[in-house]
Amino acid sequence: MLRTEHLTKRFGGVTALRDVSIDLRPGEIHALCGENGAGKSTLIKLLAGVHPHGSYAGRIEVDGREARFRSTRDSAAAGIAVIYQELDFVDPLTVADNLCLGAEPRRFGVFLDRAALRARAVAALERFGARIDPDAPMGSLGVGDRQLVEIAKALARDSRILILDEPTAALAGREVDVLLATLVELRARGLACVYISHRLEEVRRLADRVTVLRDGATVATLTRAEADERTLVRHMVGRELTDLYARAPAVPGPVRLAVEGLSVADASGAVRLADVSFELRAGEVLGIGGLMGAGRSELLMHLYGAFGRRRAGRVLLDGRPLPAGGPRAALAAGLALVTEDRRRYGLVLAESIGFNLSLSALAAVARAGFLQRAAEQARNRQWLESLRIKAAGLDAVVGGLSGGNQQKVVLGRALMTGPKVVMLDEPTRGIDVGAKLEVYALVQRLTDAGCAVLLVSSELPELVGLSDRILMLNAGRVGGSFARGAATPEALMRAALGAAA
Amino acid sequence: MRAPRGSDLWVLLAVWAGLVALFGAFGPGFLSAATFGSVANRIPALLLTATGMTLVMVTGGIDLSVGSVLGLCGAVVGVTMVDAGGGLAAALAASIAVGTALGAANGLVSVKLRLPSFIVTLGMLEIARGLAFLTTHSQTKYIGAAVEGLGTPLAGLVVSPAFLIALAGVAAGQGVLSLTVWGRHLVAVGANAEAAAIAGIDVDRPRIWAHALLGALTGVAAVCNCSRLGSADPNAGVGFELSVIAAVVVGGTSLAGGRGSVAKSFLGVLIVATLEAGLVQLGASEPVKRVVTGGVIVAAVLADTWRRRA
Repeated sequence: MLRTEHLTKRFGGVTALRDVSIDLRPGEIHALCGENGAGKSTLIKLLAGVHPHGSYAGRIEVDGREARFRSTRDSAAAGIAVIYQELDFVDPLTVADNLCLGAEPRRFGVFLDRAALRARAVAALERFGARIDPDAPMGSLGVGDRQLVEIAKALARDSRILILDEPTAALAGREVDVLLATLVELRARGLACVYISHRLEEVRRLADRVTVLRDGATVATLTRAEADERTLVRHMVGRELTDLYARAPAVPGPVRLAVEGLSVADASGAVRLADVSFELRAGEVLGIGGLMGAGRSELLMHLYGAFGRRRAGRVLLDGRPLPAGGPRAALAAGLALVTEDRRRYGLVLAESIGFNLSLSALAAVARAGFLQRAAEQARNRQWLESLRIKAAGLDAVVGGLSGGNQQKVVLGRALMTGPKVVMLDEPTRGIDVGAKLEVYALVQRLTDAGCAVLLVSSELPELVGLSDRILMLNAGRVGGSFARGAATPEALMRAALGAAA
Repeated sequence: MRAPRGSDLWVLLAVWAGLVALFGAFGPGFLSAATFGSVANRIPALLLTATGMTLVMVTGGIDLSVGSVLGLCGAVVGVTMVDAGGGLAAALAASIAVGTALGAANGLVSVKLRLPSFIVTLGMLEIARGLAFLTTHSQTKYIGAAVEGLGTPLAGLVVSPAFLIALAGVAAGQGVLSLTVWGRHLVAVGANAEAAAIAGIDVDRPRIWAHALLGALTGVAAVCNCSRLGSADPNAGVGFELSVIAAVVVGGTSLAGGRGSVAKSFLGVLIVATLEAGLVQLGASEPVKRVVTGGVIVAAVLADTWRRRA
């Protein structure tokens, strides 16, 4: 029904997808598995027409004929519907309005035919027995129901191929059951479905076949019988650790950061971290692993005073409670953070390298509130050189730098405050190998100097190679804690998935 | 790609020089000390408020209430000097106090209650105007010589003390923006508040203080305004906010925040004022003047946007 042959997609110098061939049969649920960054999202975007024909190598076939999607519209016309994690609805409009959005039935060519619209919506919802009020405003629906509406919308447009990107990531238990039951029923009617999920248990419950992607390539396509958890994990991880990441093991010093029984809720009151405890010593790197949504970034942001409300537990820096008062207080106490989303949280993109480097440590180069320009320049130049930032000069606009150099600017800004504990959230995401190596060298330098490092990374080899100990988070809880030697990729992955060790 | 620097200043200077040369070529007598003096003595209030408005707009805010606050502060000056018999110093102090209080109110309400400053200051526009009428019982207060000295050209100079005060205000404003830690924070908060917060900057206080500072400068501007007319009119400054914002925008300050310069706002004021004076010299009627000025404002912003994109 749907087939891809030797799909290869490059972004600049990075190969996101390499020679990927999969096929999808009518009445089949075909699961896609892989680590973060394995190429799943890229594959979906090719199928959805987000990256148009001509921007990739290889073939996409629908019903045996080559499909050349120029846009998402073409892909939809071919019967493919992609249901993303983030759903776009017009919240103030009703469910029925949203179902027919862009294809409203008309009377005399101009007037909205409300009766026909509502009838069409009811039919679409009833087709798989979804119990949703068509007259309810979209904004009043929970995530699970919104997803069902999205599926109904796809069916109303005669889509025959559903692609679901981690549909259950944000769902509660009962909603998951409703969604899975819906998919099973649709399968019985001959619909084909590509199902992406990190939750191996769902994959095993649902999928007829499983394709595992790793580093942009297909590793294996397994039948349901072959796809036991152990095999899946082995395929997902299965690569050799190289010396690339090797860091000399630390001689741990005194405890710098102690987190005890930390529980944190987000703004809506949902618990995002539950009973998290760990210690971090001077000169040590503690790796924090886990899948997307496990609470890794939330943990770092909370410690930094920029996320959530603490329900329980305490945080001690050098034996003293970390003062409340947000990032400013955290920085003053010696805790620095390099965020995952550097363009949004890390940089003032329209400003110069110098402006960004200095931003957190202006007081040290100011007298009575007035900046000492010469002192600031001299300090910036030192950091520019020691971090080996490649740019025309300190006046170069940060937004025009490569990802690696932008990341070095963010690192410089954080380190200029002279922190005792540095928290790095995906410090090598989206940067080239050369810059990665420099980041690794920087981590080594920091720990040699007695800094303690809290490292979040989705790349297991990186996590294993750099960390002295690793904490795996699973749904906001500690799924497992591993010493340097015991941290095999398989064991880590199992802890991340919440499987029994 | 380099960070925007002084180069923009030269572009604006060239535009201003071009205008002066153009009107000089067409209007005999335009290039005279008298013309220069009349332009310089008309703009002190505009210069002072444009300075404050630049700081507010750099943080990503806006203040629509400046005209009304100018009217209210003027009313306070009138009441202080005419009804209470106070001197110029007392009037100035009262005017600055009232301006600062209203500016701080704008800042506190918009920042702490997370409301757009556009809406909050729109409300303040009405409130301050109403207060101005209440303060003076809807009457114009004739102050006379006690305040006029400020607006009269100094002996041997063509400019008034008010213009010199305004120049000092502009210089101080530019100094604050480009030489102090606080100025750096204003830019960071306006350009990317989320990143500024993560960088450990208090993102609320700079915005509140910028509004308060604009209020204080409006208080000074009100005294300058009274000095030019010799009276305090509760109707003073109707529509003034638009002239201020226009001058700041011509100076290249972004409405979206994160980019702006007080020195360039100064040139923006100069360009708009020179344009108006030149058109008067040419005998253009009031309506024609407005049409041309409006066109020039849009053209200036358009040119700035294109240059930036290129």
